[in-house]
Amino acid sequence: MEYSNLRRQTIFMKKNLFDQGFLDEQFNQLEELQDESSPNFVEEVVDLFFKDSSRLLTNIEQAIDKYPQDFYRLDSLVHQFKGSGSSIGALRVKNECSVFKAHCNDRSLEGCRRSFQKIKREHATLKQKLESYFQLLRQVGPREHAVSSRK
Amino acid sequence: MASCRSLGGEIGAPAPHVLAVDDSSVDRAVISGILRSSQFRVTAVDSGKRALELLGSEPNVSMIITDYWMPEMTGYELLKKVKESSSLKEIPVVIMSSENVPTRINMCLEEGAEDFLLKPVQPSDVSRLCSRVLR
Repeated sequence: MEYSNLRRQTIFMKKNLFDQGFLDEQFNQLEELQDESSPNFVEEVVDLFFKDSSRLLTNIEQAIDKYPQDFYRLDSLVHQFKGSGSSIGALRVKNECSVFKAHCNDRSLEGCRRSFQKIKREHATLKQKLESYFQLLRQVGPREHAVSSRK
Repeated sequence: MASCRSLGGEIGAPAPHVLAVDDSSVDRAVISGILRSSQFRVTAVDSGKRALELLGSEPNVSMIITDYWMPEMTGYELLKKVKESSSLKEIPVVIMSSENVPTRINMCLEEGAEDFLLKPVQPSDVSRLCSRVLR
């Protein structure tokens, strides 16, 4: 009974992440790659993303505060951030990065600052939600990883 | 997912060895996962320079799949070096990029790239590569 409840919770949680636009199809593609030889593949990739992206966020913040502003470097940093976010299916993060890049193109520092705050919020929210999701998946157990990864 | 192993020819033949090149640790993990699920043997490196070092010491690379935008040496520059080398030029090179820039794509294809994949790369992209590139 408990197992069924946990399983239902993981399905519901994942559906919410998609319905609320936090994740897109790329996340499903990564889950499809999980098997007995890589049972935690998605969590490992997501961990890599949050390690990498925390570093990038620090670099972006430093670049924003630097004077004179180097919009080319800012764009390059956010491009990296957007790319790796896209690779894990982080839809809202990816979309806000596109907004940031548009502000870089317009050379709007104020626009970049506003967008950066949104990126940080989206990043933190996604991190918290995915941590909860993976924590629940761990409770369900490795058997469920293989089952839930199938469409 | 369809296995590319059978395209190696004989039953029991070793899996094709693919060299993946990307400065993003996330993208290296993703492309490695996709390639391994297609039964490729994968070595992933973070730069064109490291790729060339490995190619100099590893004789049996069946395909190179590289990101376009990398610091110091772009995927295009790596492609050129591979195609200019008498020992490496037969290795198929596939370029990946998150940007759909037609002039960039044409430039890579004209330089000898086998294919140009838009990121995020998906398993179906790799399945397509199996049948086209590794015959």
